[in-house]
Amino acid sequence: MATGTEPPRLTGVHDPSRAAIAARHLRTDRWWLAPAVTAAGLLAFIVYSTWRAFANADYYAAPYVSPFYSPCLAENCQEMRGGPNLDLFGSWWGLSPALLILVFPLGFRLTCYYYRKAYYRGFWASPPACAVAEPHAKYTGETRFPLVLQNIHRYFFYAALPVAGILTYDTALTFRNDRYEWGHMGLGTLLFLVNIALIWAYTLSCHSCRHIMGGRLRHFSKHPVRYRLWGWVSRLNSRHMQLAWASLISVALCDFYVYLLASGTFTDPRFF
Amino acid sequence: MSTYDASFRIWRGDAEGGSLRDFTVEVHDGEVVLDIVHRLQATQASDLAVRWNCKAGKCGSCSAEINGRPRLMCMTRMSTFERSETITVTPLRAFPVVRDLVTDVSFNYEKAREVPAFVPPQGVAPGAYRMQQVDVDRSQEFRKCIECFLCQDTCHVVRDHEENKTAFAGPRFLMRVAELDMHPLDAAQEAGLDRKRTAQEEHGLGYCNITKCCTEVCPEGIKITDNALIPLKERAVDRTYDPLVWLGNKIRRRADL
Repeated sequence: MATGTEPPRLTGVHDPSRAAIAARHLRTDRWWLAPAVTAAGLLAFIVYSTWRAFANADYYAAPYVSPFYSPCLAENCQEMRGGPNLDLFGSWWGLSPALLILVFPLGFRLTCYYYRKAYYRGFWASPPACAVAEPHAKYTGETRFPLVLQNIHRYFFYAALPVAGILTYDTALTFRNDRYEWGHMGLGTLLFLVNIALIWAYTLSCHSCRHIMGGRLRHFSKHPVRYRLWGWVSRLNSRHMQLAWASLISVALCDFYVYLLASGTFTDPRFF
Repeated sequence: MSTYDASFRIWRGDAEGGSLRDFTVEVHDGEVVLDIVHRLQATQASDLAVRWNCKAGKCGSCSAEINGRPRLMCMTRMSTFERSETITVTPLRAFPVVRDLVTDVSFNYEKAREVPAFVPPQGVAPGAYRMQQVDVDRSQEFRKCIECFLCQDTCHVVRDHEENKTAFAGPRFLMRVAELDMHPLDAAQEAGLDRKRTAQEEHGLGYCNITKCCTEVCPEGIKITDNALIPLKERAVDRTYDPLVWLGNKIRRRADL
């Protein structure tokens, strides 16, 4: 019968059958640096994007619309001439319209295989680094609710495609000037072009995309086109981590640039 | 050729207990950690137990943890350490210790037996198998595995949770399931064996949280996570969570592509 005074059961690297070593790990390198930097980077983005998503202001400075607010799905959106106003939710939505659309890219990144690794290591210490014992007494991984929901990543991938399409449209609109005349370009256009290239590269390098393109096949030889697509996505996929960070930073930079323009802090340098 | 004296801490003991013991040992240019362990055996600790065989990174016998990182002793060059550094060598910490640097890795053989073997296709005689190279490229990457079990050792699912060893096969054997599921001639599906289902329900695929430690430690450079575990998870998603794929398969009436 348990008395409540028994010593805690030793498990993991301290299991009685294993080599008796008291230390949780014996690594001598700076193993903590990568998860610490990852956690700091993700935290910085979370703080910034939360502020901007709830701000409901300074998200449009013709011809630029912040990627956090595109498409703008409520009636309370600022009018953007020729821009991504899609009033699907009508007037009852009183909060920031960014919240309606950000759920899709947020879900896509939250369930992304790279970001899972990043936050499982950085925030949840499961494990903090390879061969460094995690602090949790129990582990069921992605077998149960809520983490079993990570398997819906593919749906978020499907949803991320039209969102990336609309951001591409927004980028095309940046070739206008503030009087909505075509054939112009400013510093913002350049930022938006880089951003949309990174967004597409990140989206298409997704592991789900790689699987859909051809990973699920058993006979590549019978599907040469899909095999070629799979090969291209595989090449991108090998840079998925770098693309995840680059696109995260670029989308925040684009939003900040629009904020600076819309708040009157900065004037967009025009090239022509 | 230069020599110097290196400081080593080697775990010595057995299942009853043990500790890290300090040694000072001569090191020559071009040597690897296994050379130093052998010199220790020859000069200072003749009863030091260590498992080794090929000294070429191909037999997977000399797996150990060097400065806390799972590595092959024969592939870890002494030149990668500072000369003043104390190098700690311990047995694999995910498996029961037998003595000194030798562990009981039978967990891995039990898990290997639980993965159903390749199912030969009906009506094709052995020797008459014909496959396109592009169809076997993926499986061949996984065949580079030397069974060193470093991935099994570093995987926190079993390393940090002994109780998960029953339910979880570990990255090496999930990779084996992936290899067979991608194999162009494996007839498991036709024989009523759904490898995607067994990966989820019998080999504990859901326990993997893709933190990539298995890939980091693999001495053969196999992209275990990206090329085996994630594709296997995606195949399980096809089967269990994606109605679009299910519908597509129903309409086209073919599951085997």
